[in-house]
This record gives sequence, C-alpha cells and structure tokens, in this order.
Amino acid sequence: MEPIIELKNVTKKFGGITALDNASLHVDKGEVVGLIGDNGAGKSTLIKTLVGVHKPDNGDIIIKGQKVNNWNTKKAREAKIETVFQDRALTPQQSIVWNIFMGKELRHPFGFIKVKEQIDEANKIIREIGFTSKLIDANSPVGNLSGGERQGVAIARAIYNDADLIVLDEPTTALSLIETQKVFDFVNNVKAKGRSVLFIGHNIFHVFDISDRFIILDRGHVVHKLDKNDVKTPEELIKVMKDTVTGGKS
Amino acid sequence: MQKKTGLVSYLSDNSRPLSSFFYFALIMTIFFAAAPEVFFAAKFHQAVMTTLPIIIFLVIPLVFIVTMGEIDLSFASIFGFAAWIFAGSIKYFGFDPFLGLLVGIAGGAALGIFMGCLVVYGRISSLVASLGALFLIRGFLFVVSDSKSITIIEIRDHWMYPLLVGKFYGFPMQLFWAALFVIISYFLYHRHVFGAHVHHVGDNPDSAAQMGVNVDLTRIYCFMFCGIGAGIAGIFSTLINFTWWPTQGFGFLLLAIAGVFVGGTPTWGGVGTILGAVFGSGVIAYMETGIVAMGWSGLWRQFFNGLIIILALLGHRFHGNRIR
Repeated sequence: MEPIIELKNVTKKFGGITALDNASLHVDKGEVVGLIGDNGAGKSTLIKTLVGVHKPDNGDIIIKGQKVNNWNTKKAREAKIETVFQDRALTPQQSIVWNIFMGKELRHPFGFIKVKEQIDEANKIIREIGFTSKLIDANSPVGNLSGGERQGVAIARAIYNDADLIVLDEPTTALSLIETQKVFDFVNNVKAKGRSVLFIGHNIFHVFDISDRFIILDRGHVVHKLDKNDVKTPEELIKVMKDTVTGGKS
Repeated sequence: MQKKTGLVSYLSDNSRPLSSFFYFALIMTIFFAAAPEVFFAAKFHQAVMTTLPIIIFLVIPLVFIVTMGEIDLSFASIFGFAAWIFAGSIKYFGFDPFLGLLVGIAGGAALGIFMGCLVVYGRISSLVASLGALFLIRGFLFVVSDSKSITIIEIRDHWMYPLLVGKFYGFPMQLFWAALFVIISYFLYHRHVFGAHVHHVGDNPDSAAQMGVNVDLTRIYCFMFCGIGAGIAGIFSTLINFTWWPTQGFGFLLLAIAGVFVGGTPTWGGVGTILGAVFGSGVIAYMETGIVAMGWSGLWRQFFNGLIIILALLGHRFHGNRIR
C-alpha cells in the first residue's frame, strides 16, 4: 500500500541542537499511528516538520509517492493533511466561523468570502461536534470558549476539510474525561471513514487504546516501530520505552 | 448567562463604532451649542469636508495596519513622495495628469511594499522601521526638490479636476471618493480573505502561519495598502492646493494615528473598526477647525486634541480587555 505521507531520513537542527536525526516514518491509508516519546524526544518537531511548519535541514518528504519541495503549511493543507496543534492554532479574538475556515476560506471570485455559506457550515459543524449551548454560535469569539470547546473547534476544522491524514498533537492534554472520550470517538470515526490519524501523546494508555501502530522517538531518533501485535498491553509498551531510554537498566 | 438578543446583541457587537459615533456626536453637540452661528452654516461644514477625506484616506489603511499588530509612521512622508511624483511628472515630464495620478499612487504602493519588506525580511520593529523611513523619505524629498514647491495650476483645466476635487451641490467631490474608499475598505476588512488574514495575523501570527496563512505576504500587502492610501491622500491634497510642497503631509502624522485610536481600534491587534475610524477622522477634522470656530485661540487646539484622545481611549476601555 502506498503511504499517504512518508518522511525519509529527516534531520532538523535548531542552532547547535539536533532535534531530529535521520528520522523516518510513514503513515498508511486508514491507520492510526501513535507517536510517543519522552519530553524533548522531538515529537512536536517531527510533526511540525511533517506538516510544513519547520523546514527540514536534510531528508525527503514524500506525499502519495511524490517527493515534495518547499514544503509548507499551505501545501500540507492542500495535500489534505490537517493538524490539530498542541496550542490549537486558534485566534481567540476571532469568531468560531473565521477560525474554522482560517487559511481555507470559502471564496467568491476576487477573494470575497462566502459569508452566509461559512456561517451555515460552521453552525452545522459546531452542533455536530456536540456544542449544545445556545449561547454559542458561529459568530462567538473563540476566546470565550472553554479549553475543551476550543479543542472542539480545532478538531472541527480538521473534520470540515475532509483530510486524508489528521495529525493530533497531544489532543487530550488538559481535557476532562468526557472531553477525552469525545476525542477518542472522533479518532475512531475518522478511521472508520478510511482516513488516517497520526496521534501524538504523553499518555501511553490513551495512545495504546486507539493506535494500530506505534513509533517511539528518543532524543531525535526513531528508535522503535511497533505493531499492536508486538505489544499486547500498555505496560509492555511502557517497558519498551523505558528499556530504550535506560538501555535496559532500571 | 443569557444569550443577548435583538438590540442588546447589536449594540454589543458594534460597541466600538457606536462609541466612536457617540464621541463624534458629543463633540458636535458641544460645538453646535457653543457656536450655533458658525456650526449651522453649511459653508463651515463644506470647508471641513475639504480636508476630512484626506484624513480618511490616511486613517482607514492604518486601521488595517494596527489590526495586524503593527504601526506605520512612514505614511506621512509617503504622502509627500506620491504627491511629488504626481506634481513633478506633470510639471517636468509633461505627463497627462491622469497618468501622473496613476504613477503617483504606484509610487506610494512601491514605498509601502518597501516598508513591508523592511519589517518582514529586515525583521525590524514596524515602529522603528517606519520612523526611519519617515525621515529618510522626507529627507530625500527635501534634497531632490531643493526644498522648493511645485505649482501645477494648469491642472484646473483637466477633465479629472472637477471629477476628483470639484464641487457637487457645494460639497467637495473628494468626499464622495472618500466614501467609496471607506465602502471598499469595509468590505476588504470584513468580507475579504485579505481582511480575514489581517485579523488572524494581528491576533496570533503563529496560529495563522500554522493554518497556512501567508503571514509575510499579508504584512507586505497591508503596508502596500497604507502606501496607496497615503499616495491618494497626497495627490488629493496637491489637487486641492494646486501645489506640492516639501513638508506636505507631515502635519497629518499624529492626527491620523489619533483618528485610528479615537475611532475605537485598540493597540493590541486582532480587532478594529472601519466605521469607528470614520467617526474618529470626523472628530479629528472637526476638532482642528471647531476650536477656532468657537472663538477660542488656536493655541488651545492641541490641548483639546490631546484631551479628546485621552477621554476617548478611556471610554473605549469599557469594551473590555483583549480576549486571550
């Protein structure tokens, strides 16, 4: 099967620090890949490189079999890769509708926005993702929403744009149990529709539950690529991680 | 908490332009009460309307700049630069005035792009970069003109003159061009992808970049728009006076910036109001002439300008702090 996205031997340095060292990974159609690693392992750098926020110093990015050059966030979105960033990438003073369509506005000729269509779509989406409060509509500023609701807007943006791959960077951080469950439901829905997810998380139990495959990152290196058959329980996955970091010494 | 409906919702959503309108109405009420014989005379308003459009051409693009979280001071010199190109191309190169107008506006746009590039690629704060450009461009104009004015009285006979700065039922035509400029800017600000990106960049440039908004290009376009507005203002000023002079536009520097903030656009970026800026421009334009018209000494003008700016900004505090 041809991967949706592939990173080959990608290196990224910040000054004298090597954040990614010859890292390679791929995501196939319809699978959920869990990317795990300790703080400073390079998870965020890896996904930011993958979605065009950072430019790699070396290595190739291959989208559906084609090597791409001058990879950036705009090209990533055009290639149907949507990201829910750890900081959610929202503009809090702007309305929900403007945030959902940020960078991908519905346009008339000459760049004028299809205001009514955007509002109708946004109202539909925010009901779909479970905003039941009548106080919230498409024109409400995002800054007035709770953390979970903001995460909902960031996820709604990814859903709306009908992505082939959705990258979720620490999506359950600071969420309540119910909100976390909503994120899991969302991932399962996406997978059921044959789309792919790259799920980055600190919480191994969360990552284990929903992923088909795991990639373990340590100090900028991809140190393990495991299938769910290789590790039967989250505890086993934690042990693999621990052995990697400590070199087997406890 | 209950959802605001009807009038309450409208007032809440439009509190910035409405409060700017309130300041404008308040000042006008004071002026009308203090000097009715002057303020009830149409001629007085026609005189104010001669310069009000110039302020509007400057203030409206500044709303975009401030919404984007930047500032531009160079507009006051770009004003003079574009007008110099306009007047010089007619006087010394025999350009048709319409062509001179297009070249002048293009000159303003080019300097705006230069400013944008300086901020984006030079990574200099827009305050400092535009302060430098303000003096640099003005200094250039002094040198190349040898500090001499350019008079183009012949412009009066050109077809463009009555269309741009003639009179229509006693009111200057530039008022209608300024109104058109406001309408276009309003749609650009609220209903166009460019305006949306300006808001996003001013609110959180990192988020905007992560979502594929071309932050650098948005910034450059915004400074270019400011250059175009300054260019139009400079050319209108030259048309009105039949003369370009080396310090032209400098006097609008602080007044135009005051117009933005009195108009209700806050300093922190991400939000702003075009309609509020129109009222802010009105406040500035009427303050300039109203004080003297009331019979006060012109020495009081700056004092009252300052007072109204501070009071208006204190009033705008009621719209709340930045949402984060």
